[in-house]
Amino acid sequence: MTIAPSVSDALPEPASAPPPGRARAASAAAWLRSRRPRVGTVLAVAFLVLLVVAALAPGLLTSQDPLAPGGGPGFLAPFRSPAHILGTDQDGRDLFSRLVHGTRASLEMGLGATAIAVTGGTVLGLLAGLGTRFTESLVMRLVDVVLAIPELLLALVVVALLGAGTVDALVAVGVATIPYYARMVRAQTHVVRRSAYVEAATALGLSRSAVIRRHVLPNAVRPLMVLAAIGTGTAIGVGASLSFIGLGAKPPAPEWGSMLSTAVPFISNDWALVALPGALITLTVLSVTVAGRALKRHSEGRTGR
Amino acid sequence: MRAARLARRLGWRALAGVGVMWGAATASFFTLHGTAGDAALSTVSGQGADPTRAVLDQVRRDYGLDHPLWRQYTDYLGRLLHGNLGESYQQRVPVTHAIAGQLGGTVELAAGAVVVALVLAVGVGVLTAKRRRRWIGAASSGGELVLASMPTFVIGLLLLLVFSIGLGWFPVSGQEGLRSLVLPTFTLALPVAAILAQVLRSELEDVLEQPFVLTARARGMRDAGVRFRHALRHALIPLVTMSGAVVGWLLGGAVVTESLFNRQGIGQLMLTATTNKDIPLVVGVIIFTSLVYVVVNLVVDVAYTLVDPRVVTL
Repeated sequence: MTIAPSVSDALPEPASAPPPGRARAASAAAWLRSRRPRVGTVLAVAFLVLLVVAALAPGLLTSQDPLAPGGGPGFLAPFRSPAHILGTDQDGRDLFSRLVHGTRASLEMGLGATAIAVTGGTVLGLLAGLGTRFTESLVMRLVDVVLAIPELLLALVVVALLGAGTVDALVAVGVATIPYYARMVRAQTHVVRRSAYVEAATALGLSRSAVIRRHVLPNAVRPLMVLAAIGTGTAIGVGASLSFIGLGAKPPAPEWGSMLSTAVPFISNDWALVALPGALITLTVLSVTVAGRALKRHSEGRTGR
Repeated sequence: MRAARLARRLGWRALAGVGVMWGAATASFFTLHGTAGDAALSTVSGQGADPTRAVLDQVRRDYGLDHPLWRQYTDYLGRLLHGNLGESYQQRVPVTHAIAGQLGGTVELAAGAVVVALVLAVGVGVLTAKRRRRWIGAASSGGELVLASMPTFVIGLLLLLVFSIGLGWFPVSGQEGLRSLVLPTFTLALPVAAILAQVLRSELEDVLEQPFVLTARARGMRDAGVRFRHALRHALIPLVTMSGAVVGWLLGGAVVTESLFNRQGIGQLMLTATTNKDIPLVVGVIIFTSLVYVVVNLVVDVAYTLVDPRVVTL
């Protein structure tokens, strides 16, 4: 639900001290072992690949119509009928098909909101990191103000101004998470700006925009990608929450959050209607986070702990 | 000397807090101003009335919309300083009254959640950090990762499924008695507990390698004593600095939790205001939450300057 801990995820951890005096063979074996990706990472990436397939070509996974009512009896429990492997919902629609077709909405929300946040955050961060002291303090004080407001409440403000709906919810989540990216880009910009190679580049007469393009941006990209990867998971969760409280995708559409909210009244009739979409959202956010952490370890040049 | 430094540090912090509030007030002024044209209209066009130009002008004068912008801005700040957050479009009551009326439910929920989250995080963190059996730490950090990945409403629904529908221990919704408070409190507390436990464990693993821990063990202190009496005190400091963030998570989580369990509170108020496009109320809740955030951060700052004297000299 929150991005704050993810920010600390994206920051580099202090490197652990190398083990004192081991045999060379042992350290080579350890090196090999550390190169091998973890089981969790492999599972997470495999699950994400499956999700991407479901989002791009849901027809490959299910032939059932996610919207047509009366495809079967309502509240059919999972694994009772080969036609409806995960059973049916209150209107007799195939649950598996609705879950598969709902993938696209979630991934769009996660990627779209993150794209907005990354773009806005990069612009603001560069403005703060490279501008005059006045622009810097203006931008950073603005970021401070926005950080004082919980992101879900901020998303609600945006929804109150724009209206409820899929795209508005996406914009709301994106705007609400801009400050985290802005802070990171500014910090990164400061580090690069003070480095000797930028000093050298400036001394060689490279223009300001060339310095930004060649040195500042490339150096900010890696940590930005790590933060974006982990932030995508968070955005999917917040987006589903907005749909759940009725401010995102609207009910007949197969979207996980709104599927859950329509299932609440029937929670005592059919546990699967609540448990399965809930598990799917959790697995999705979890996989994105695990993959993001692997990316982070990789970008810091060490794998495994 | 030390007192002077302390006062200066706290003075700066207070000033920064005032700055944040001023920024929030300015942002909300422009939000309100941008939608104020609708305000004049919606005030008079309640039941499909067709207001004449004269009536509209009257309303604009009443709301001060005919003044120059800077005058409206200073008037607005003046009203805020007097604790006047304006009037809700929908409910026709002062925003402060609307907030005050809903505060109790949320405070009850959030206070319980803080206690539960702290007890869980400290218990799990202290008992699982740096164990000889590696799987203990791995299992609990895996569990924390799963919990932290679950949106609040999913946690709430799963708790409902198991403890309300399955076991029948707690009511599904409502606000009567302690029993109806248990599931919402845990719904709000679990994700926070997961994050706090993660931070606490990684901190404890560093602290437990410090020489003073070895000294304590050498003196014959038992493992539990070392963990709870020595290590925990050091590891709690980063947790304290997260208080502001925790308040934010609780307020954000309250929107979802109150909606799911059908409880009255600030979250529910904010949600209704958003759905009704009741901008003054939405903005009022935001100003209120940023005030809470600023005050909590300030209090925490004072508290740990007093607890940890090193902070001032840094």
